[in-house]
Amino acid sequence: MAVTVSPERDVVATPVQRAFREAFYAGAIALGLFVLFIGLRTDQNISNELILVQRWGLLAIVVILTAVGRFLYVAFGQPALERAKAQKAEAPAAAAPGFVRRNFNTIGIAVLFLYPIVIVMLVGFQGSLKWVDNFGIQILIYVMLAWGLNIVIGLAGLLDLGYVAFYAVGAYAYALLGTHFGLSFWILLPAAGLMAAFWGVMLGFPVLRLRGDYLAIVTLAFGEIIRLVLINWREVTNGSAGISGIPKVSFFGLMSFNVSDPNYISKVLGIAQSGAYYKIFLYYLILLLCLLTAFVTIRLRRLPVGRAWEALREDEIACRSLGINTTTTKLTAFATGAMFGGFAGSFFAARQGFVSPESFVFLESAIILAIVVLGGMGSLGGIAVAALVMIGGTEILRELDFLKVVFGPDFTPELYRMLLFGMAMVIVMLWKPRGFVGSREPTAFLKERRAVSGSFTKEGHG
Amino acid sequence: MQYFVQQLINGLTLGSIYGLIAIGYTMVYGIIGMINFAHGDIFMVGAFTALIVFLILGALFYSVPVVIALLIMMIVAMLLTSLYNWTIEKVAYRPLRGSFRLAPLITAIGMSIALSNFVQVTQGPRNKPIPPLVSKVYTVEGVSVSLKQIIIVLVTVVLLALFWYLVNKTSLGRAQRACEQDRKMAALLGVDVDRTISITFIMGAALAAVAGTLFLMYYGVVVFSDGFVPGVKAFTAAVLGGIGSLPGAVLGGLLIGFIESMWSAYFSIDYKDVAAFSILAIVLIFLPSGILGRPEVEKV
Repeated sequence: MAVTVSPERDVVATPVQRAFREAFYAGAIALGLFVLFIGLRTDQNISNELILVQRWGLLAIVVILTAVGRFLYVAFGQPALERAKAQKAEAPAAAAPGFVRRNFNTIGIAVLFLYPIVIVMLVGFQGSLKWVDNFGIQILIYVMLAWGLNIVIGLAGLLDLGYVAFYAVGAYAYALLGTHFGLSFWILLPAAGLMAAFWGVMLGFPVLRLRGDYLAIVTLAFGEIIRLVLINWREVTNGSAGISGIPKVSFFGLMSFNVSDPNYISKVLGIAQSGAYYKIFLYYLILLLCLLTAFVTIRLRRLPVGRAWEALREDEIACRSLGINTTTTKLTAFATGAMFGGFAGSFFAARQGFVSPESFVFLESAIILAIVVLGGMGSLGGIAVAALVMIGGTEILRELDFLKVVFGPDFTPELYRMLLFGMAMVIVMLWKPRGFVGSREPTAFLKERRAVSGSFTKEGHG
Repeated sequence: MQYFVQQLINGLTLGSIYGLIAIGYTMVYGIIGMINFAHGDIFMVGAFTALIVFLILGALFYSVPVVIALLIMMIVAMLLTSLYNWTIEKVAYRPLRGSFRLAPLITAIGMSIALSNFVQVTQGPRNKPIPPLVSKVYTVEGVSVSLKQIIIVLVTVVLLALFWYLVNKTSLGRAQRACEQDRKMAALLGVDVDRTISITFIMGAALAAVAGTLFLMYYGVVVFSDGFVPGVKAFTAAVLGGIGSLPGAVLGGLLIGFIESMWSAYFSIDYKDVAAFSILAIVLIFLPSGILGRPEVEKV
């Protein structure tokens, strides 16, 4: 289907000839696409009027790069890929998975537990801040959110585009109750989860009758409604300014991470003061929350309700005719998924110390959804890998200062972060439409458990 | 009463723009069954193209009659935006056409993120204001109607008539409707499915580009993130009218426009979007496939 030229011409043209033609087309299209957007730039002059700045050199570079890239791909890339495919098809079935593959989960968890220790040993407490916080905690939050959304989409097959709403509910629940009533994180964490689950049911009721894309748009609308209410209900949420001064998590009340408190951690343990302790503590906290999510998901899949979810995903009519109550099945899926979103939200509020509606835009929902789909829906390991690649990859762009040497001092890699993120979403999807892990472990089986190819499972039919 | 009529006119203007964008959503959905999330950003690209063309015209000529300037802006925006949508379809959606349902949705979201950030990177993140193009306002019995609003409604009506003719009376439209009903059968009967789908994307983009130009003319400002909110509203409009139904898209667009302007006028402007989204949810509870949508037939 991806072939764009007619087959008769293919027979005549050699790859190189074809590549020249395709490169020419690609260059022409790139010229058309970019002539106004890269060739010209709108800028404000001193009197605040818009003027055009010309950048024809940059345009030429981009067009030539596109053409050359297309040429290389058609002339060399495509034949090589096809050869590799043919070889793979000829080769006998893959050998038994190696040690790393077999013990992927165990190794992964061990690495995650050791990660902060290794970082601290390598760069010391102060240097570890960035690596534990920006990479470790940030990625794990997305892992947890994606695993929560996976229950709704991957297991129950309900396409939810407004998952960030539950994240927001959890975050605001902790922020408001924590700042106004001074309740501890350990009380509010389950409370926030329950509240998010409640909102999950609230959303679930009206959309029970909807299917597929109608469900998608209503969940998206729900996410937007929550965000708009957070912005506009200023008396309670303080509007766009957000809520600051959210209390920190304490070490189960035994030790605190506030320097002024009498039981501050370095006073209790008699060690030097550092902000890194709190980050490392948060890292282990979110790691445990993630593992809890994974554990609950795995166990739920073996309970009747989990099996009902998967049955619902595969065929709703068959499900109903076999006597499964689709109403409660859908509602429990929404509620469970939302609950984990709420947990992640309250953790997020505690970690930031500040929440504002800015953090809960549709883009977040889209990123979480993308991680779930890119990971291969339903596969926990694949989703974790996808979160690592997508979130870690964009975080790394913040660190690429050496590119300034190549592109000049004005070059800011951060500006290109979301552009590259969007393109990566497209490219990964084209490369692996079924996600990183395309096969499933069946929950029910006769005699022997065999992986099921993702092509045999349905998803997201709502 | 005057106030009410005034709001009706404002709603009609807004609804026309939403309707034009919504047609792109609904057509693409009808023919390949995917939500083209990048469509809102295609609309933004259209508005930006119009802006750049406007600036080029200003730089090249001392003065251009407004009608001609608008026409040139519209045509260039239509051409360029169509090229964008055509390329996106070819690169990001076509290879995934046989794949499972969520794959093209994810590439569409990716394309949406990439497009808006591409414009941010190349054109800068700031608001781009232009001087008002048309500023004449007529007052009839206390109700003021600006020339801008008249142009928007007129252009929309003309385009919709043209579009209706294309879909219902030409062989191209017949091919489109055939693909919508059954792609495999249409291909067997000699309809070039790939080409028809490409043309559908081009038509959707052209209408979105016109909407973008009108948006730029109406508000006089555009920014790289402008694609999202009108995009979601137009998508809401398409779903409200019954996704896949062309009259439904226009009806939904007008409804969303009216709801918004009425709510801002009589209740609170802050909650106008909340009102629009809530009404969507309420309508869908009672009419699960939209106002004019055909109920989905479940095959076992």
